[in-house]
Amino acid sequence: MARAGARQGLGWLWLPLVLCGAFLYVPILVLVAMSFNGGGSAYSWGGFSFRWYGELARDSDLISAVVTSLGIAAGATVIATVLGTLLAVGLARHTRSKMLEAAAMAPAILPDLVLAIGLLAFFYAAGIPKSALTVLLAHAAFGTAFVVAVVRSRLAGSDAALEEASRDLGAGAFSTFVLVTLPSIAPAVIAGALLVFTLSLDEFVIAYFTAGPTTQTLPITVYAMVRTGVTPEINALATVLVVISVLVVVVAARAIRPKEKS
Amino acid sequence: MTSTKQHGGLARPSLGARLRRGVEPAVLLGPGLLFYAALVAAPVLLVTGYMFARRGRFGGVEWELSLDNFSRVTDSVYLEVFRESLGLAFVATLLALLIGYPTAYAIAKLPPRWRTVALVLVVVPFWTNFLIRVYAWIVLLNSQGLLNDLLVGIGVTDDRFTLLYTPGAVVVGLVYSYLPLMILPLYAAIEKVDEDLLEASADLGAGRVRTFLGVQLPLTMPGVVTGSILVFVPSLGNFVVPELLGGGKTVMVGNLIRDQFLKAQDWPFGSVLAMIVVVLLVLLFLGQAWVTRRVEGPARG
Repeated sequence: MARAGARQGLGWLWLPLVLCGAFLYVPILVLVAMSFNGGGSAYSWGGFSFRWYGELARDSDLISAVVTSLGIAAGATVIATVLGTLLAVGLARHTRSKMLEAAAMAPAILPDLVLAIGLLAFFYAAGIPKSALTVLLAHAAFGTAFVVAVVRSRLAGSDAALEEASRDLGAGAFSTFVLVTLPSIAPAVIAGALLVFTLSLDEFVIAYFTAGPTTQTLPITVYAMVRTGVTPEINALATVLVVISVLVVVVAARAIRPKEKS
Repeated sequence: MTSTKQHGGLARPSLGARLRRGVEPAVLLGPGLLFYAALVAAPVLLVTGYMFARRGRFGGVEWELSLDNFSRVTDSVYLEVFRESLGLAFVATLLALLIGYPTAYAIAKLPPRWRTVALVLVVVPFWTNFLIRVYAWIVLLNSQGLLNDLLVGIGVTDDRFTLLYTPGAVVVGLVYSYLPLMILPLYAAIEKVDEDLLEASADLGAGRVRTFLGVQLPLTMPGVVTGSILVFVPSLGNFVVPELLGGGKTVMVGNLIRDQFLKAQDWPFGSVLAMIVVVLLVLLFLGQAWVTRRVEGPARG
């Protein structure tokens, strides 16, 4: 009865769903459609073609930017996953301090622009020249907060009794961590790592402030391209990025789902 | 499991064990907190300190106590930028709420299987590169763009007009960028509402409007406030959308801060501007906590 009522009640509610869906997807679909435009103009249709994907594949600046971004994302992910997982376990099992909890989340809550200028100031004051490495460290800092958030929520639902049992049976702190704690939070650790990797790949503001003059990450390159105007090549690039993000969302959804079942 | 160490079941833990118990939190918490001390705490403290310093001649700062940066903010030029930024961020938040609430409500009323699909569809654009999403609106709003084609095509207007590089374009860009951040907390709040309460309200003779304003809206207020903050805060500090869609004619606080650090090289003044944004943010979060406590507090007690 309740379900039939709920379905009946949908009535006019299809309207906001359709309108909001159109608002969210029409701009993206227009970009995707325009990327197959064979003409030289970004506005008028010149026949179907993969021409701009070819141009994209030959754009060496873009390719090196992708390589730089992947390197930064990989490094930031490793650091953030290790530090974030340790922090989350430490917070869950060894402290009730709300201050520490808040501090661990700080980089995710601070506006990115504020963190960006702070890091710019810090690297300057510490005499560290801006480079790809400074971007990597900056991304690791805010990535850590996201790993803490994801792993922490998993730990909240898991049972500390298992760890206590492991201790009582004589396992040391290290073997308990590796053999009991880690396997139980593994899905959250993987989800957190995926999150940091994609966030880093997409991150523009902090990278823009902490990158060296010759460091070109993918978003920094896209920013430069977009600022100079509309080109069919950006449409092709946009389509590739949209497809990748859809794949990542699907993979992440699959990775997180078993967590809810267990 | 391979460990051979033995614990006496009920005996008090030995001094060594207690020491080890102190080492463990240090090993877990230490590295992360040290990392944060360098890359989060030190930067925030530096920016705080910069507020009271003088600008260096070639960028950077000179550590000379000065309050000039604060008095400069009251200059009418900068007050105007703050007024316009707050206005644009407010309008963007309001629009996101007006689009987001019915959408989140409709999603909550979908059958469970479709709910997940709808939520994933809401999130996917958000995972698409932010710059690309802003760029999409350059393509749409351009005077040669599709929206103009459409308006001319259906005879609304004969003249192509500039949709791009207007405050309106900036607002649309901000709403588009952050709408998912409005829908998700709204959905979470709406989904929690007990249907029985709405039915009770209707049974007692309240009309639909009255039930919405008197029961539904107050109960979902935490979601409204959280969503609004999640849209308002990044809108206020944004410099990419005003630059790309506002064409440099619309200057928001974010642009001003960016320029102080990367162009004008006046870091102390930029720090004051950034800290004003942070103070606003803290006030908003305090407000959010207050609203959440008011709605959810009594229900628990």
